Amino acid sequence: MTEASGITGAAIRGPSGRSPRSLLRSIEIDTRLLGMIGALAIIWIGFNIMSGGLFLTARNLWNLSVQSSSIAIMATGMVLVIVSRNIDLSVGSLLGFLGYTMAMVQAIWIPTALGLGFYQPYTWVVALLVGVLLGAALGGFQGFIVAYGGVPSFIVTLGGFLVWRGLIFQYAQGQTIAPMDSTYALLGGGPIGSLGDVGSWVVGALACAGIVYSVIGSRRRRQRYGFPVRPTWALVTVIVAGSAAVLGAVWIANNYFWPPALATQYALDHGITEPPGGLQIPVGIAYPVLLMIAVAIVMTIIATRRRFGRYAYAIGGNPEAAELGGINVRRTIMLTFALLGSLVAISAAIQTARLNGAVTNLGVQNELDVISAAVIGGTSFSGGIGTIPGAVLGAVVMQSLRSGMVLLRVDSPTQDIVVGIVLVTAVGLDTFVRRRATR
Amino acid sequence: MSSGEANMTTTELVPLVEMRDIRVAFGGVHAVDGCTVDLYRGEVVGLVGGNGAGKSTLMRALSGAHPPDSGEIRIDGQPVSITNPRDAKTLAIETIYQTLALADNVDAPSNVFLGREVTTRLGSLDDSAMESATRTVMGRLNPNFTAFKTQVKSLSGGQRQAVAIARAVYFNAKILIMDEPTAALGPAETAQVRALIRQLKSEGIGIFLVSHDIHDVFDLADRISVMYHGQIVGTVNKDEVTIDQVLGMIILGKRPEEVTQKELAKLHG
Repeated sequence: MTEASGITGAAIRGPSGRSPRSLLRSIEIDTRLLGMIGALAIIWIGFNIMSGGLFLTARNLWNLSVQSSSIAIMATGMVLVIVSRNIDLSVGSLLGFLGYTMAMVQAIWIPTALGLGFYQPYTWVVALLVGVLLGAALGGFQGFIVAYGGVPSFIVTLGGFLVWRGLIFQYAQGQTIAPMDSTYALLGGGPIGSLGDVGSWVVGALACAGIVYSVIGSRRRRQRYGFPVRPTWALVTVIVAGSAAVLGAVWIANNYFWPPALATQYALDHGITEPPGGLQIPVGIAYPVLLMIAVAIVMTIIATRRRFGRYAYAIGGNPEAAELGGINVRRTIMLTFALLGSLVAISAAIQTARLNGAVTNLGVQNELDVISAAVIGGTSFSGGIGTIPGAVLGAVVMQSLRSGMVLLRVDSPTQDIVVGIVLVTAVGLDTFVRRRATR
Repeated sequence: MSSGEANMTTTELVPLVEMRDIRVAFGGVHAVDGCTVDLYRGEVVGLVGGNGAGKSTLMRALSGAHPPDSGEIRIDGQPVSITNPRDAKTLAIETIYQTLALADNVDAPSNVFLGREVTTRLGSLDDSAMESATRTVMGRLNPNFTAFKTQVKSLSGGQRQAVAIARAVYFNAKILIMDEPTAALGPAETAQVRALIRQLKSEGIGIFLVSHDIHDVFDLADRISVMYHGQIVGTVNKDEVTIDQVLGMIILGKRPEEVTQKELAKLHG
C-alpha cells in the first residue's frame, strides 16, 4: 500500500513532515488554486510595472472586479456543465436574448403594454424573476434535448447559439431598448450601484465571521468522529489569510472615491458644502461584485456539499458507474444546463443594467470568455475535474489580461492573440502537471 | 461438509431469487436466450461459461443495468420489475461489477455512498459521517486501507476492489451479484475475498458468483449453473460433479450424461 500513502497521508500523517509540500498539505489548501493566485499576482505586478503604476490602483482594481463579475457568474455554472462532460456554446446568445427580454419587461411590457407605468418599486424584481425563470427554462430545454434526446451538447447549444441570437431581432426589429428601471440599473454597479464604505466593512466583517464559522465547523465535525484534524497553526493561518484577503479587498474598494463631478452634484443635492479638496465619498464594493460573491458561495455549496454537485462530478468521472450507482444521470445533466441558464440571466441583468439598455450585440463572444475562464480555472474537458473558485479566478485572470493590455494601449486584435496564446499555454501547463502528478 | 444438508432445508422454502425464461437480445444476437436460474438464502450459485456465454448479461438483467426483453424475475416469490439500478437496490440487490463501476475522480467514501449519500437535516452531504462509516466497513474488508481522502483512480487494484465490495455489502444486501470479484487481485487479496464470501453466506445472503475461474467456483459455490451460447446447459450440485464434468459442460455445452466417449476423448486430447 506504499504507492497510495504518498498521496494519501494528508490527514493521516501527524505533524512530522516539514517539507513545503507537507506544510501546504496540513493547511489543506488546493495547490492548484494557490498556483493560480500566484500566476494572477505575477500578471498584476507585471502590468503594474509596465504601465508605470497604473494597474494596481484602487480605481483600476475596482473596475476589474466589476468587469469580471458577469463572466465569473456564468463561469461557475459552466464548470458543472463541463465537469459532467458537456459544453454550452449558447451562453452569449442566451445572455443577449434574456437581457433583451428583461429590458422589454421593464421598458415596454410593464409600463406600456400593461399600462402600469414606469419605475414601479416591483419592476426590477419582476424583470429579474422573468429573466431567471426563462433562463432556467431555456437552459433546461437545451439540457433536456442533450440528456433525454441524446443529441451531443455541442450541437444542441450550437443551435441555441444561432436561435437565441436570431430571436433578439423578433423583438422590435433589433432596436435598442432603453432606459432601464432606476432600481434595476443599480445592478450594473457604478458609484451609486455600490455599497459605500460602511456597508462594505459590514459585508467584510460578515465574510470573516463566515470563514471562522465554516473552518471551525468542519473541524468540529471531524473531531466528532475522531478523525485527525489539521494542526491549530494551520487553522489560524487559514483564518488569518482569508480574513486579511477579504478586509484588504474591502479596503481597496473603499479607497476608490466617487468621481469629482458626481461628488459635487451629490454635495449640491444634499446641501453639503464641499471641503477644499472636494468631497471624498468611498465607493465600496459594487453590487454586481456582491452578486458574484453570493453566486460563487452558493455554487460552491452546490458543487461540494449537495447531492446534485456530487453527482455531476461522479458523472464526469465515469458516466456508466454513476448510472450503475443509481444516479439519475439524465436529470442531473439537464439540471446543470438549467442552472447555467439561470446564472446567464443574472449576468444578463448586470450587463443590461451597466449599459442602461439592451442592444443586439449584447453578450456576443461571451461564451468564449466563459468557457476560457472555466478552463483556465482548472476545469477539464475530460470531465470530473473543476472548481468554482478556480473558475472565478479564471475570469479574473482573463479580465486582468484584457484590462492590463488596454492600459498598455495594446490594440484589440493583438489582445485576442495574447489571450488565445495564454489560454492554450495555461491548459497545456495544467495538463502537463496533472499527468505528472498521477504518475 | 454440511452444505448438502443446508441445501435440503432451504430448498423447501421459496427461492430468494427466481429468474424465469429471461431473454436479452442485442440487435439480432440472443445474448441470453431463455435462461432460468434460482438462488436461495445463504447459498452461493456459481455462474460459469465461456467468453460471451451470457453470464454477465444475465446478471445485468437482475442488477437493473440492462433490463431483460422478456421473462420473469421473482424475489421471495413476488414478481418484480427491475428497470434500472435503483429498482434493484431498493430490492436489496447489490452488484460488484467486473469493471468495478467506480467514479474514479472522487474518494472512497463518496463511491461507497454514491447515489445513497448521507445528508444532514438541511440536505447537505455529511462527508464526515460517510467517511466514518467507510472506515468501519473497510476495517472489516481490508484493514490496511487508509486512503479515505484519495481519488479512487490512484488506488491499487485490490484497494479499488475493496471499495467496490464495501459499497455492495454496506447497505445490508440480501442478494449479492459478484462478477469476477477476484480477477484483478493477488493471492492474498483473493483469499480475503473468499473468506468474505463465506462470511456473507453464513449471514444468509444469497450470492451469484460469476467467474472464469472454475477452482474459485468449486471452492465457494453450492450449486453451479453452466451457460453456453446464451442458454443454461444445466444446474448441478457441486458435491455431485467433478471439475472435469463441469469443464465439459462449459466447453461442449452438454450435460455430463449427454457427452459421448468420443467427445470426452477429444476434450482431453
